[in-house]
Amino acid sequence: MDENNLVIRLDPSDNVGVAACSLHDGQLAHCEGRPLTVIGDVPTGHKIAVQAIAAGAKVVKFAAPIGSATCDIQPGEHVHLHNLRSDYLPTYTFDPGKAYVRRV
Amino acid sequence: MRGYLREDGRKGIRNVVAVAYLVECAHHVAREIAWPYRDRGVHLIGFPGCFPNEYAERIMQQLCTHPNVGAVLLVSLGCEGFNRHNLADAIRNSGRPVETLVIQQSGGTFRTIEAGRNWVEAARRELDAQEPVSMQPGELVVGTICGGSDATSGVTANPAVGRAFDLLLADGASCIFEETGELIGCEHHMAGRAVTEELGREIVASVAKAARYYQAFGHGSFAPGNAEGGLTTIEEKSLGAYCKSGTGPIAGLIKPGDLPPRPGLYLLDVVPDGEPRFGFPNIVDNAEIVELVACGAHLTVFTTGRGSVVGSAVSPVIKVCANPDTYRNMPDDMDINAGRILESAVPVDDVGRQIYELVLTVAGGRQTASERLGHQEFVLTYKTFEPTGPDCLPGV
Repeated sequence: MDENNLVIRLDPSDNVGVAACSLHDGQLAHCEGRPLTVIGDVPTGHKIAVQAIAAGAKVVKFAAPIGSATCDIQPGEHVHLHNLRSDYLPTYTFDPGKAYVRRV
Repeated sequence: MRGYLREDGRKGIRNVVAVAYLVECAHHVAREIAWPYRDRGVHLIGFPGCFPNEYAERIMQQLCTHPNVGAVLLVSLGCEGFNRHNLADAIRNSGRPVETLVIQQSGGTFRTIEAGRNWVEAARRELDAQEPVSMQPGELVVGTICGGSDATSGVTANPAVGRAFDLLLADGASCIFEETGELIGCEHHMAGRAVTEELGREIVASVAKAARYYQAFGHGSFAPGNAEGGLTTIEEKSLGAYCKSGTGPIAGLIKPGDLPPRPGLYLLDVVPDGEPRFGFPNIVDNAEIVELVACGAHLTVFTTGRGSVVGSAVSPVIKVCANPDTYRNMPDDMDINAGRILESAVPVDDVGRQIYELVLTVAGGRQTASERLGHQEFVLTYKTFEPTGPDCLPGV
Protein backbone atom coordinates (compact mmCIF):
# COMPACT_ATOMS: atom_id res chain seq x y z
CA MET A 1 0.00 0.00 0.00
CA ASP A 2 1.34 3.43 -0.97
CA GLU A 3 1.25 5.62 2.18
CA ASN A 4 1.42 8.74 -0.01
CA ASN A 5 -1.70 7.73 -1.86
CA LEU A 6 -4.17 6.20 0.60
CA VAL A 7 -6.87 8.23 -1.13
CA ILE A 8 -6.80 7.24 -4.80
CA ARG A 9 -8.14 9.68 -7.35
CA LEU A 10 -9.28 7.67 -10.39
CA ASP A 11 -9.12 10.62 -12.80
CA PRO A 12 -7.49 14.08 -12.54
CA SER A 13 -10.89 15.73 -13.03
CA ASP A 14 -12.45 13.90 -10.04
CA ASN A 15 -13.34 15.85 -6.88
CA VAL A 16 -13.56 12.66 -4.82
CA GLY A 17 -11.04 9.89 -4.27
CA VAL A 18 -11.34 6.29 -3.09
CA ALA A 19 -10.04 4.96 0.25
CA ALA A 20 -7.38 2.30 -0.48
CA CYS A 21 -7.96 0.84 3.00
CA SER A 22 -10.25 1.69 5.88
CA LEU A 23 -9.46 5.18 7.24
CA HIS A 24 -10.60 6.70 10.53
CA ASP A 25 -11.89 10.08 11.58
CA GLY A 26 -9.05 12.58 12.10
CA GLN A 27 -6.42 10.40 10.38
CA LEU A 28 -3.84 12.19 8.26
CA ALA A 29 -3.95 10.50 4.85
CA HIS A 30 -2.47 11.57 1.55
CA CYS A 31 -3.85 11.88 -1.95
CA GLU A 32 -1.13 11.96 -4.60
CA GLY A 33 1.31 13.10 -1.90
CA ARG A 34 -0.89 15.98 -0.69
CA PRO A 35 -2.01 15.77 2.95
CA LEU A 36 -5.71 15.32 3.68
CA THR A 37 -7.31 15.05 7.12
CA VAL A 38 -10.05 12.44 7.06
CA ILE A 39 -13.45 13.59 8.36
CA GLY A 40 -15.60 10.60 9.43
CA ASP A 41 -14.70 6.90 9.39
CA VAL A 42 -14.26 5.75 5.80
CA PRO A 43 -14.30 2.02 4.93
CA THR A 44 -12.24 0.56 2.08
CA GLY A 45 -13.42 1.72 -1.33
CA HIS A 46 -15.65 4.49 -0.03
CA LYS A 47 -15.36 8.06 -1.34
CA ILE A 48 -13.53 11.01 0.21
CA ALA A 49 -13.73 14.61 -1.03
CA VAL A 50 -10.30 15.72 -2.26
CA GLN A 51 -11.46 19.34 -2.57
CA ALA A 52 -14.33 21.46 -1.28
CA ILE A 53 -17.62 20.71 -3.02
CA ALA A 54 -20.46 23.26 -2.73
CA ALA A 55 -24.06 22.23 -2.07
CA GLY A 56 -25.74 21.51 -5.42
CA ALA A 57 -22.43 20.97 -7.26
CA LYS A 58 -21.74 17.75 -9.15
CA VAL A 59 -19.69 15.09 -7.42
CA VAL A 60 -17.24 13.75 -10.02
CA LYS A 61 -15.73 10.22 -10.03
CA PHE A 62 -14.47 8.19 -13.03
CA ALA A 63 -14.27 11.62 -14.78
CA ALA A 64 -18.09 11.73 -14.77
CA PRO A 65 -20.81 13.18 -12.52
CA ILE A 66 -22.22 10.59 -10.11
CA GLY A 67 -24.85 12.91 -8.56
CA SER A 68 -25.14 16.24 -6.71
CA ALA A 69 -23.92 17.34 -3.28
CA THR A 70 -26.85 17.89 -0.89
CA CYS A 71 -24.78 20.16 1.39
CA ASP A 72 -21.34 21.79 1.43
CA ILE A 73 -18.65 19.10 1.60
CA GLN A 74 -15.19 19.79 3.11
CA PRO A 75 -11.93 18.35 1.74
CA GLY A 76 -11.26 15.02 3.51
CA GLU A 77 -14.93 14.38 4.26
CA HIS A 78 -16.57 10.99 3.69
CA VAL A 79 -18.91 11.32 0.70
CA HIS A 80 -21.92 9.01 0.82
CA LEU A 81 -25.69 8.93 1.38
CA HIS A 82 -25.60 11.83 3.88
CA ASN A 83 -24.23 14.40 1.42
CA LEU A 84 -24.73 13.04 -2.11
CA ARG A 85 -27.84 12.12 -4.10
CA SER A 86 -28.53 10.73 -7.57
CA ASP A 87 -29.57 12.98 -10.44
CA TYR A 88 -31.53 10.02 -11.89
CA LEU A 89 -33.20 7.55 -9.50
CA PRO A 90 -33.48 7.36 -5.70
CA THR A 91 -31.15 5.10 -3.74
CA TYR A 92 -32.53 2.43 -1.41
CA THR A 93 -30.86 1.17 1.73
CA PHE A 94 -31.52 -0.30 5.15
CA ASP A 95 -31.24 2.08 8.07
CA PRO A 96 -29.65 0.30 11.04
CA GLY A 97 -32.39 -1.59 12.85
CA LYS A 98 -35.05 -0.03 10.67
CA ALA A 99 -36.95 -0.82 7.53
CA TYR A 100 -36.11 -0.41 3.89
CA VAL A 101 -35.62 3.29 3.20
CA ARG A 102 -35.92 5.36 0.05
CA ARG A 103 -33.39 8.20 -0.03
CA VAL A 104 -34.18 11.20 -2.20
CA MET B 1 -8.43 -25.22 -26.65
CA ARG B 2 -10.89 -27.84 -27.79
CA GLY B 3 -14.62 -27.81 -28.35
CA TYR B 4 -17.57 -30.01 -29.25
CA LEU B 5 -18.63 -29.35 -32.83
CA ARG B 6 -22.37 -28.83 -33.48
CA GLU B 7 -24.22 -29.02 -36.78
CA ASP B 8 -24.56 -25.22 -37.05
CA GLY B 9 -20.76 -24.90 -36.97
CA ARG B 10 -20.57 -23.53 -33.44
CA LYS B 11 -18.45 -25.35 -30.87
CA GLY B 12 -19.22 -25.94 -27.22
CA ILE B 13 -16.68 -25.76 -24.38
CA ARG B 14 -18.83 -28.17 -22.34
CA ASN B 15 -20.95 -31.13 -23.42
CA VAL B 16 -23.98 -30.86 -21.18
CA VAL B 17 -27.16 -32.95 -21.05
CA ALA B 18 -29.91 -30.43 -20.30
CA VAL B 19 -33.00 -31.62 -18.43
CA ALA B 20 -35.68 -28.98 -19.03
CA TYR B 21 -39.01 -28.68 -17.25
CA LEU B 22 -41.64 -26.79 -19.23
CA VAL B 23 -43.81 -25.74 -16.29
CA GLU B 24 -43.28 -25.59 -12.52
CA CYS B 25 -45.54 -28.64 -12.15
CA ALA B 26 -42.81 -30.69 -13.88
CA HIS B 27 -39.94 -29.13 -11.91
CA HIS B 28 -39.72 -31.76 -9.19
CA VAL B 29 -39.72 -34.67 -11.63
CA ALA B 30 -37.05 -32.99 -13.79
CA ARG B 31 -34.91 -32.21 -10.73
CA GLU B 32 -35.16 -35.79 -9.51
CA ILE B 33 -34.11 -37.05 -12.94
CA ALA B 34 -31.05 -34.76 -13.05
CA TRP B 35 -29.95 -34.89 -9.40
CA PRO B 36 -27.94 -38.17 -9.41
CA TYR B 37 -25.97 -36.90 -12.41
CA ARG B 38 -25.34 -33.36 -11.19
CA ASP B 39 -21.57 -33.90 -11.10
CA ARG B 40 -21.56 -35.56 -14.51
CA GLY B 41 -22.60 -32.66 -16.72
CA VAL B 42 -26.37 -32.96 -16.41
CA HIS B 43 -27.93 -29.53 -15.83
CA LEU B 44 -31.47 -28.52 -14.88
CA ILE B 45 -33.15 -25.63 -16.71
CA GLY B 46 -36.79 -24.71 -17.15
CA PHE B 47 -39.64 -22.24 -17.25
CA PRO B 48 -42.19 -22.16 -14.43
CA GLY B 49 -45.19 -20.43 -16.00
CA CYS B 50 -48.29 -22.18 -17.36
CA PHE B 51 -49.21 -19.24 -19.66
CA PRO B 52 -47.36 -19.19 -22.98
CA ASN B 53 -44.74 -16.48 -23.54
CA GLU B 54 -42.87 -15.92 -26.80
CA TYR B 55 -39.76 -14.62 -25.05
CA ALA B 56 -39.52 -17.64 -22.72
CA GLU B 57 -40.01 -20.10 -25.59
CA ARG B 58 -37.27 -18.34 -27.58
CA ILE B 59 -34.84 -18.32 -24.65
CA MET B 60 -35.50 -22.01 -23.94
CA GLN B 61 -34.89 -22.82 -27.60
CA GLN B 62 -31.61 -20.90 -27.64
CA LEU B 63 -30.49 -22.64 -24.45
CA CYS B 64 -31.43 -26.13 -25.68
CA THR B 65 -29.50 -25.52 -28.92
CA HIS B 66 -26.60 -23.76 -27.17
CA PRO B 67 -23.18 -25.04 -28.25
CA ASN B 68 -22.42 -26.20 -24.69
CA VAL B 69 -25.48 -28.48 -24.79
CA GLY B 70 -25.19 -31.88 -26.46
CA ALA B 71 -28.54 -33.51 -25.68
CA VAL B 72 -31.87 -32.46 -24.15
CA LEU B 73 -34.59 -34.18 -22.15
CA LEU B 74 -37.83 -32.19 -22.02
CA VAL B 75 -40.14 -32.83 -19.07
CA SER B 76 -43.73 -31.69 -19.51
CA LEU B 77 -46.71 -32.13 -17.21
CA GLY B 78 -48.90 -32.33 -20.31
CA CYS B 79 -51.46 -29.53 -20.00
CA GLU B 80 -49.21 -26.43 -19.76
CA GLY B 81 -49.14 -23.63 -22.32
CA PHE B 82 -45.50 -24.08 -23.33
CA ASN B 83 -45.27 -25.40 -26.92
CA ARG B 84 -43.21 -28.55 -26.29
CA HIS B 85 -43.63 -29.75 -29.88
CA ASN B 86 -41.95 -26.66 -31.37
CA LEU B 87 -39.11 -26.87 -28.89
CA ALA B 88 -38.50 -30.57 -29.51
CA ASP B 89 -38.55 -29.96 -33.30
CA ALA B 90 -36.01 -27.15 -33.00
CA ILE B 91 -33.69 -29.32 -30.93
CA ARG B 92 -34.07 -32.29 -33.30
CA ASN B 93 -33.39 -30.02 -36.31
CA SER B 94 -30.18 -28.84 -34.60
CA GLY B 95 -28.91 -32.43 -34.74
CA ARG B 96 -29.10 -33.06 -31.00
CA PRO B 97 -30.64 -36.12 -29.33
CA VAL B 98 -33.92 -35.05 -27.71
CA GLU B 99 -36.67 -36.84 -25.83
CA THR B 100 -39.93 -35.50 -24.40
CA LEU B 101 -41.45 -37.11 -21.35
CA VAL B 102 -45.03 -36.08 -20.61
CA ILE B 103 -45.75 -36.92 -16.98
CA GLN B 104 -49.50 -37.34 -17.57
CA GLN B 105 -48.76 -39.91 -20.30
CA SER B 106 -45.83 -41.63 -18.61
CA GLY B 107 -47.52 -43.05 -15.55
CA GLY B 108 -46.91 -40.17 -13.15
CA THR B 109 -44.00 -39.05 -11.01
CA PHE B 110 -42.17 -42.27 -10.18
CA ARG B 111 -42.28 -43.86 -13.63
CA THR B 112 -41.34 -40.61 -15.39
CA ILE B 113 -38.31 -40.18 -13.12
CA GLU B 114 -37.23 -43.74 -13.89
CA ALA B 115 -37.69 -43.31 -17.65
CA GLY B 116 -35.90 -39.95 -17.51
CA ARG B 117 -32.88 -41.34 -15.68
CA ASN B 118 -32.58 -44.18 -18.19
CA TRP B 119 -32.60 -41.69 -21.06
CA VAL B 120 -30.10 -39.36 -19.36
CA GLU B 121 -27.77 -42.28 -18.63
CA ALA B 122 -27.74 -43.28 -22.31
CA ALA B 123 -27.37 -39.69 -23.53
CA ARG B 124 -24.49 -39.14 -21.12
CA ARG B 125 -22.70 -42.24 -22.45
CA GLU B 126 -23.18 -41.04 -26.01
CA LEU B 127 -21.84 -37.55 -25.29
CA ASP B 128 -18.88 -38.90 -23.32
CA ALA B 129 -17.82 -40.82 -26.42
CA GLN B 130 -17.82 -37.68 -28.57
CA GLU B 131 -14.33 -36.56 -29.70
CA PRO B 132 -13.65 -32.85 -29.25
CA VAL B 133 -12.14 -30.82 -32.08
CA SER B 134 -9.68 -27.94 -31.89
CA MET B 135 -11.11 -24.51 -31.17
CA GLN B 136 -9.66 -20.98 -31.42
CA PRO B 137 -10.14 -18.07 -28.95
CA GLY B 138 -11.84 -16.16 -31.79
CA GLU B 139 -14.68 -18.70 -31.74
CA LEU B 140 -15.62 -17.80 -28.17
CA VAL B 141 -18.60 -15.75 -27.07
CA VAL B 142 -17.93 -14.29 -23.60
CA GLY B 143 -20.42 -12.42 -21.43
CA THR B 144 -19.80 -10.26 -18.40
CA ILE B 145 -21.95 -9.27 -15.47
CA CYS B 146 -21.45 -7.73 -12.05
CA GLY B 147 -23.38 -8.68 -8.95
CA GLY B 148 -23.12 -7.80 -5.30
CA SER B 149 -21.22 -4.69 -6.34
CA ASP B 150 -19.49 -2.40 -3.88
CA ALA B 151 -17.25 0.62 -4.23
CA THR B 152 -14.23 -1.56 -5.05
CA SER B 153 -15.96 -3.17 -8.07
CA GLY B 154 -15.52 -0.17 -10.34
CA VAL B 155 -11.92 0.34 -9.25
CA THR B 156 -10.51 -3.19 -9.46
CA ALA B 157 -12.47 -6.09 -10.98
CA ASN B 158 -14.56 -4.20 -13.55
CA PRO B 159 -11.72 -2.31 -15.26
CA ALA B 160 -9.66 -5.54 -15.21
CA VAL B 161 -12.47 -7.38 -17.04
CA GLY B 162 -12.48 -4.47 -19.50
CA ARG B 163 -8.80 -5.18 -20.23
CA ALA B 164 -9.60 -8.88 -20.68
CA PHE B 165 -12.41 -7.95 -23.10
CA ASP B 166 -9.96 -5.83 -25.12
CA LEU B 167 -7.62 -8.84 -25.38
CA LEU B 168 -10.48 -11.19 -26.38
CA LEU B 169 -11.68 -8.73 -29.04
CA ALA B 170 -8.14 -8.60 -30.43
CA ASP B 171 -8.38 -12.41 -30.83
CA GLY B 172 -11.60 -12.00 -32.82
CA ALA B 173 -13.94 -13.20 -30.07
CA SER B 174 -17.44 -11.88 -29.43
CA CYS B 175 -17.97 -10.12 -26.10
CA ILE B 176 -21.28 -9.10 -24.53
CA PHE B 177 -21.92 -6.65 -21.70
CA GLU B 178 -25.36 -5.83 -20.41
CA GLU B 179 -27.96 -4.39 -18.07
CA THR B 180 -28.91 -1.05 -19.58
CA GLY B 181 -30.56 -0.23 -16.23
CA GLU B 182 -27.08 -0.34 -14.69
CA LEU B 183 -25.63 1.86 -17.42
CA ILE B 184 -27.79 4.89 -16.59
CA GLY B 185 -25.52 7.93 -16.88
CA CYS B 186 -23.13 6.23 -19.36
CA GLU B 187 -25.39 6.37 -22.41
CA HIS B 188 -23.70 9.26 -24.22
CA HIS B 189 -20.22 7.85 -23.70
CA MET B 190 -21.43 4.50 -25.06
CA ALA B 191 -23.04 6.23 -28.04
CA GLY B 192 -19.64 7.73 -28.83
CA ARG B 193 -18.16 4.22 -29.02
CA ALA B 194 -20.88 2.89 -31.35
CA VAL B 195 -19.74 1.99 -34.87
CA THR B 196 -22.49 4.16 -36.41
CA GLU B 197 -24.44 7.23 -35.29
CA GLU B 198 -27.70 5.35 -35.73
CA LEU B 199 -26.51 2.64 -33.35
CA GLY B 200 -25.46 5.37 -30.91
CA ARG B 201 -28.99 6.75 -30.96
CA GLU B 202 -30.41 3.26 -30.36
CA ILE B 203 -28.10 2.83 -27.35
CA VAL B 204 -29.19 6.18 -25.84
CA ALA B 205 -32.83 5.18 -26.42
CA SER B 206 -32.30 1.77 -24.77
CA VAL B 207 -30.92 3.39 -21.60
CA ALA B 208 -33.79 5.90 -21.57
CA LYS B 209 -36.19 2.94 -21.83
CA ALA B 210 -34.44 1.31 -18.87
CA ALA B 211 -34.66 4.49 -16.75
CA ARG B 212 -38.38 4.79 -17.62
CA TYR B 213 -39.02 1.15 -16.83
CA TYR B 214 -37.29 1.30 -13.46
CA GLN B 215 -39.01 4.61 -12.68
CA ALA B 216 -42.38 2.92 -13.24
CA PHE B 217 -41.43 0.41 -10.56
CA GLY B 218 -40.14 3.22 -8.34
CA HIS B 219 -36.84 1.46 -7.87
CA GLY B 220 -33.52 1.46 -9.70
CA SER B 221 -31.14 -1.47 -9.89
CA PHE B 222 -29.62 -0.66 -6.55
CA ALA B 223 -29.63 -2.91 -3.48
CA PRO B 224 -28.95 -1.97 0.16
CA GLY B 225 -25.67 -3.91 0.01
CA ASN B 226 -24.46 -1.59 -2.72
CA ALA B 227 -24.84 1.38 -0.35
CA GLU B 228 -23.23 -0.45 2.56
CA GLY B 229 -20.34 -1.16 0.23
CA GLY B 230 -19.84 2.56 -0.43
CA LEU B 231 -21.82 3.10 -3.61
CA THR B 232 -24.11 6.10 -3.23
CA THR B 233 -26.01 6.57 -6.51
CA ILE B 234 -27.14 4.52 -9.52
CA GLU B 235 -24.90 6.59 -11.82
CA GLU B 236 -21.87 5.81 -9.65
CA LYS B 237 -22.75 2.10 -9.76
CA SER B 238 -23.28 2.42 -13.52
CA LEU B 239 -19.91 4.04 -14.21
CA GLY B 240 -18.18 1.33 -12.21
CA ALA B 241 -20.10 -1.37 -14.08
CA TYR B 242 -19.47 0.24 -17.45
CA CYS B 243 -15.68 -0.30 -17.14
CA LYS B 244 -16.30 -4.01 -17.79
CA SER B 245 -16.91 -3.23 -21.45
CA GLY B 246 -13.29 -2.21 -22.06
CA THR B 247 -12.39 0.24 -24.81
CA GLY B 248 -13.46 -1.53 -28.02
CA PRO B 249 -15.94 -0.08 -30.49
CA ILE B 250 -19.54 -1.19 -29.84
CA ALA B 251 -20.59 -3.29 -32.84
CA GLY B 252 -24.23 -3.77 -31.99
CA LEU B 253 -27.15 -3.66 -29.57
CA ILE B 254 -28.77 -7.08 -29.16
CA LYS B 255 -31.74 -8.46 -27.22
CA PRO B 256 -31.96 -11.68 -25.19
CA GLY B 257 -31.69 -14.67 -27.51
CA ASP B 258 -29.96 -12.77 -30.35
CA LEU B 259 -26.63 -14.32 -31.35
CA PRO B 260 -23.81 -11.86 -32.15
CA PRO B 261 -23.78 -11.97 -35.97
CA ARG B 262 -20.02 -11.45 -36.20
CA PRO B 263 -17.08 -10.94 -33.81
CA GLY B 264 -17.02 -7.73 -31.78
CA LEU B 265 -18.39 -6.06 -28.67
CA TYR B 266 -22.15 -6.06 -28.10
CA LEU B 267 -24.44 -4.38 -25.59
CA LEU B 268 -27.32 -6.61 -24.47
CA ASP B 269 -30.57 -4.74 -23.87
CA VAL B 270 -32.27 -6.76 -21.13
CA VAL B 271 -35.12 -4.33 -20.40
CA PRO B 272 -38.47 -5.39 -21.93
CA ASP B 273 -40.18 -3.36 -24.66
CA GLY B 274 -43.60 -1.77 -24.33
CA GLU B 275 -45.45 -0.87 -21.16
CA PRO B 276 -44.03 -2.44 -17.97
CA ARG B 277 -46.02 -5.66 -17.54
CA PHE B 278 -44.38 -8.54 -15.74
CA GLY B 279 -42.35 -6.89 -13.01
CA PHE B 280 -38.71 -5.95 -12.64
CA PRO B 281 -36.66 -6.38 -15.82
CA ASN B 282 -34.31 -8.89 -14.22
CA ILE B 283 -35.26 -10.12 -10.81
CA VAL B 284 -31.75 -11.28 -9.91
CA ASP B 285 -28.25 -11.72 -11.38
CA ASN B 286 -28.91 -15.23 -12.70
CA ALA B 287 -31.76 -13.94 -14.87
CA GLU B 288 -29.14 -11.82 -16.66
CA ILE B 289 -26.68 -14.71 -16.89
CA VAL B 290 -29.39 -16.87 -18.50
CA GLU B 291 -29.94 -14.15 -21.11
CA LEU B 292 -26.20 -13.89 -21.83
CA VAL B 293 -26.07 -17.67 -22.25
CA ALA B 294 -29.13 -17.49 -24.55
CA CYS B 295 -27.09 -15.06 -26.69
CA GLY B 296 -24.55 -17.84 -27.14
CA ALA B 297 -22.12 -16.97 -24.32
CA HIS B 298 -19.83 -19.96 -23.74
CA LEU B 299 -18.93 -18.57 -20.34
CA THR B 300 -19.59 -15.52 -18.20
CA VAL B 301 -17.11 -13.40 -16.25
CA PHE B 302 -18.83 -12.28 -13.04
CA THR B 303 -17.35 -9.49 -10.91
CA THR B 304 -18.37 -9.11 -7.29
CA GLY B 305 -17.37 -6.88 -4.41
CA ARG B 306 -19.78 -7.99 -1.68
CA GLY B 307 -19.26 -11.65 -2.59
CA SER B 308 -21.66 -13.48 -4.88
CA VAL B 309 -21.39 -17.28 -4.91
CA VAL B 310 -23.53 -18.16 -7.94
CA GLY B 311 -22.68 -20.17 -11.02
CA SER B 312 -24.99 -21.12 -13.87
CA ALA B 313 -26.51 -23.99 -15.75
CA VAL B 314 -25.13 -24.58 -19.27
CA SER B 315 -22.20 -22.11 -19.24
CA PRO B 316 -19.43 -21.79 -16.62
CA VAL B 317 -19.12 -18.63 -14.53
CA ILE B 318 -15.69 -17.19 -13.65
CA LYS B 319 -15.83 -15.20 -10.42
CA VAL B 320 -13.58 -12.12 -10.19
CA CYS B 321 -13.52 -10.73 -6.64
CA ALA B 322 -13.15 -6.95 -6.46
CA ASN B 323 -12.76 -6.50 -2.73
CA PRO B 324 -9.65 -7.86 -0.96
CA ASP B 325 -11.53 -8.31 2.35
CA THR B 326 -14.26 -10.32 0.60
CA TYR B 327 -11.62 -12.49 -1.07
CA ARG B 328 -10.10 -13.34 2.32
CA ASN B 329 -13.55 -14.05 3.68
CA MET B 330 -14.70 -16.46 0.95
CA PRO B 331 -11.69 -17.52 -1.17
CA ASP B 332 -13.14 -20.89 -2.25
CA ASP B 333 -15.88 -19.14 -4.20
CA MET B 334 -13.53 -16.91 -6.16
CA ASP B 335 -11.41 -17.59 -9.25
CA ILE B 336 -9.46 -14.32 -9.26
CA ASN B 337 -8.51 -11.81 -6.57
CA ALA B 338 -8.72 -8.41 -8.27
CA GLY B 339 -8.57 -6.74 -4.84
CA ARG B 340 -4.78 -6.91 -5.18
CA ILE B 341 -5.08 -3.84 -7.42
CA LEU B 342 -6.23 -1.83 -4.41
CA GLU B 343 -4.27 -3.57 -1.69
CA SER B 344 -0.95 -4.38 -3.35
CA ALA B 345 -0.94 -1.88 -6.21
CA VAL B 346 -0.91 -4.71 -8.80
CA PRO B 347 -1.49 -3.08 -12.23
CA VAL B 348 -5.01 -3.42 -13.66
CA ASP B 349 -3.41 -4.71 -16.88
CA ASP B 350 -1.85 -7.66 -15.03
CA VAL B 351 -5.16 -8.76 -13.52
CA GLY B 352 -6.82 -8.19 -16.90
CA ARG B 353 -4.35 -10.56 -18.55
CA GLN B 354 -4.87 -13.10 -15.76
CA ILE B 355 -8.64 -13.01 -16.42
CA TYR B 356 -8.04 -13.37 -20.16
CA GLU B 357 -5.79 -16.38 -19.63
CA LEU B 358 -8.26 -17.97 -17.23
CA VAL B 359 -11.05 -17.53 -19.81
CA LEU B 360 -8.98 -19.58 -22.27
CA THR B 361 -8.11 -22.19 -19.63
CA VAL B 362 -11.75 -22.59 -18.55
CA ALA B 363 -12.77 -22.79 -22.21
CA GLY B 364 -10.18 -25.55 -22.46
CA GLY B 365 -11.98 -27.57 -19.80
CA ARG B 366 -10.73 -26.41 -16.39
CA GLN B 367 -13.53 -26.16 -13.84
CA THR B 368 -14.33 -22.78 -12.28
CA ALA B 369 -14.84 -22.35 -8.52
CA SER B 370 -18.63 -22.30 -8.92
CA GLU B 371 -18.54 -25.43 -11.12
CA ARG B 372 -16.45 -27.25 -8.51
CA LEU B 373 -18.93 -26.25 -5.80
CA GLY B 374 -21.89 -27.50 -7.85
CA HIS B 375 -23.51 -24.13 -8.55
CA GLN B 376 -25.95 -24.42 -11.47
CA GLU B 377 -28.43 -21.62 -10.73
CA PHE B 378 -31.11 -20.91 -13.28
CA VAL B 379 -33.96 -18.35 -13.45
CA LEU B 380 -36.30 -17.57 -16.32
CA THR B 381 -39.42 -15.42 -16.02
CA TYR B 382 -41.94 -13.61 -18.25
CA LYS B 383 -40.93 -10.74 -20.56
CA THR B 384 -41.90 -9.15 -23.86
CA PHE B 385 -39.57 -7.89 -26.57
CA GLU B 386 -40.03 -6.40 -30.00
CA PRO B 387 -37.64 -7.69 -32.68
CA THR B 388 -34.21 -6.03 -32.80
CA GLY B 389 -34.26 -3.06 -35.20
CA PRO B 390 -31.96 -2.78 -38.27
CA ASP B 391 -30.03 0.20 -36.82
CA CYS B 392 -28.98 -1.99 -33.87
CA LEU B 393 -26.81 -4.28 -36.01
CA PRO B 394 -25.05 -2.09 -38.58
CA GLY B 395 -23.78 -3.87 -41.68
CA VAL B 396 -25.69 -7.10 -41.06
